[in-house]
Amino acid sequence: MSEEAVEKIRETVDAVYRSDSRRVLATLIRLLGDFDLAEEAMHDAFIAAVEQWRHEGVPKNPAAWLISTGRFKAIDAMRRRARFDASLGEMVNRLEAAANDTSGWNEEAVEDDRLRLIFTCCHPALSADAQAALTLREVCGLTTEEIARAFLTAPPTVAQRIVRAKRKIQDARIPYRVPSQRDLPDRLDAVLRVVYLVFNEGYSASSGASLTRHDLSGEAIRLGRLLIELLPEPEAIGLLALMLLQESRRAARTSPAGDLILLDRQDRSLWNRDQIAEGITLVERALSSRRFGPYSLQAAIAAVHAEAPSTEATDWPQIVGLYEVLLRVEPSPVIALNRAVAVAMRDGPAAGLALIDALLASGDLQEYHLAHSARADLCRRLGKTEEARAAYQRALGLTQQGPERRFLERRLSELPG
Amino acid sequence: MHYLLMCCFDETKWEKIPEADRDKVMQEYHLLLQDLAKSGHLQAGAKLRPSMTAVTIRRKNGKPAMTDGPFAETKEQLGGYHLIECHDLDEAIAIANRIPTLPLGGSVEVRAIDFQEIN
Repeated sequence: MSEEAVEKIRETVDAVYRSDSRRVLATLIRLLGDFDLAEEAMHDAFIAAVEQWRHEGVPKNPAAWLISTGRFKAIDAMRRRARFDASLGEMVNRLEAAANDTSGWNEEAVEDDRLRLIFTCCHPALSADAQAALTLREVCGLTTEEIARAFLTAPPTVAQRIVRAKRKIQDARIPYRVPSQRDLPDRLDAVLRVVYLVFNEGYSASSGASLTRHDLSGEAIRLGRLLIELLPEPEAIGLLALMLLQESRRAARTSPAGDLILLDRQDRSLWNRDQIAEGITLVERALSSRRFGPYSLQAAIAAVHAEAPSTEATDWPQIVGLYEVLLRVEPSPVIALNRAVAVAMRDGPAAGLALIDALLASGDLQEYHLAHSARADLCRRLGKTEEARAAYQRALGLTQQGPERRFLERRLSELPG
Repeated sequence: MHYLLMCCFDETKWEKIPEADRDKVMQEYHLLLQDLAKSGHLQAGAKLRPSMTAVTIRRKNGKPAMTDGPFAETKEQLGGYHLIECHDLDEAIAIANRIPTLPLGGSVEVRAIDFQEIN
């Protein structure tokens, strides 16, 4: 076989790894009943694929082939280990017996396994940090380093968090299944929190040069779609709407040089109309349920922006009203800040500045760069150049993200002498 | 899998609950335990006497040393335990959620255990 053909198979296997490795892993965890065993089996299966597919061709259903191969690789490995550890014998027998049952390999079951994996990774018996780290690792396939960057944590800390979480799943016997109807709403909340965190990690990297990580946002949106298929709860629908509406602005959000462009300066013709249309339909569906929560309300705000032809022509009174409902549902200084900015658009910069100053005086947002950046902007518009300069500098001191820093530096340089 | 449900309560707070209410809780407890015995979940359990009855022993320089009270000075004290057999953690959590001291401010620690029967 030629070098070229070998290379081609390798590329095919890589592509299958990218598209299917998480599905394969999720199913192997169910079949083998152990995270580490499943991971090992999956890697063995991909190694076998490089060897075998170049002789036998790429199978019709690569994921099913990998699941089956991974499962038998795991049984072989267990059988070898059982020679030295008799206590494993029963497990080998159980796995072998189950392996003859080929049901549950269809596409639908494989998608269900991803949901089982999501609910297990987001189990409330695990700490919030562990839930997010485990979901990013197991469901999204991020590396420990990438997760560490997202959490601004050292990689060994994240690695230890994941190891401990997996051990707890095993030792406390956290089940690998979609929760019962009764537990589902609470369990779904935990999942939505993690999904949105994944989306945000994709939408705006917390530090470093790249502002956006398209694959992760896409993954979060895919998870969101799967979730509303399983449980069309208003907040799951609201979260998907919110992600789609934010995602719709991606192309307009950064300049070709990678600089951040705020909503008011974005070229709205670059907004993705399909995502907006889908997002708006979903928002309406969520709101009409009358059981909506913070995600649906944030999506509704994003929808008002998406429908506006320009900043000036935006329905600011409606946005202020939505922020007020949101503040009642979920009181938070960051939401209060957003409301203040919307008030500035509705009633003028002086009204917004008074609100922001009151918020800063209460102390909660002192270390939040966007509070100082918003304050700087309002001061600039009011001609308070020196105050604007000081606030931009304060904001600059509080963020490490490259594009955000360049944005603030640009605004600083634009201030009149 | 076996789980130990460790039921904790602030003893001083418990004392302040009117006796009639406490009796009601104990009655509910009784019904729950009967239920769990019937379903086959319950393996063992007991109500602990107040923590003032406790003595904690250690070795200090190879010699027995005793201190009055439970090993840790916490706001909540262990007041009882139930050993249950469940399929998984979710089933154990569902059972723990039925413990009648919870609405009054109690807490229940659910811990997976390696249970060995002694013949």
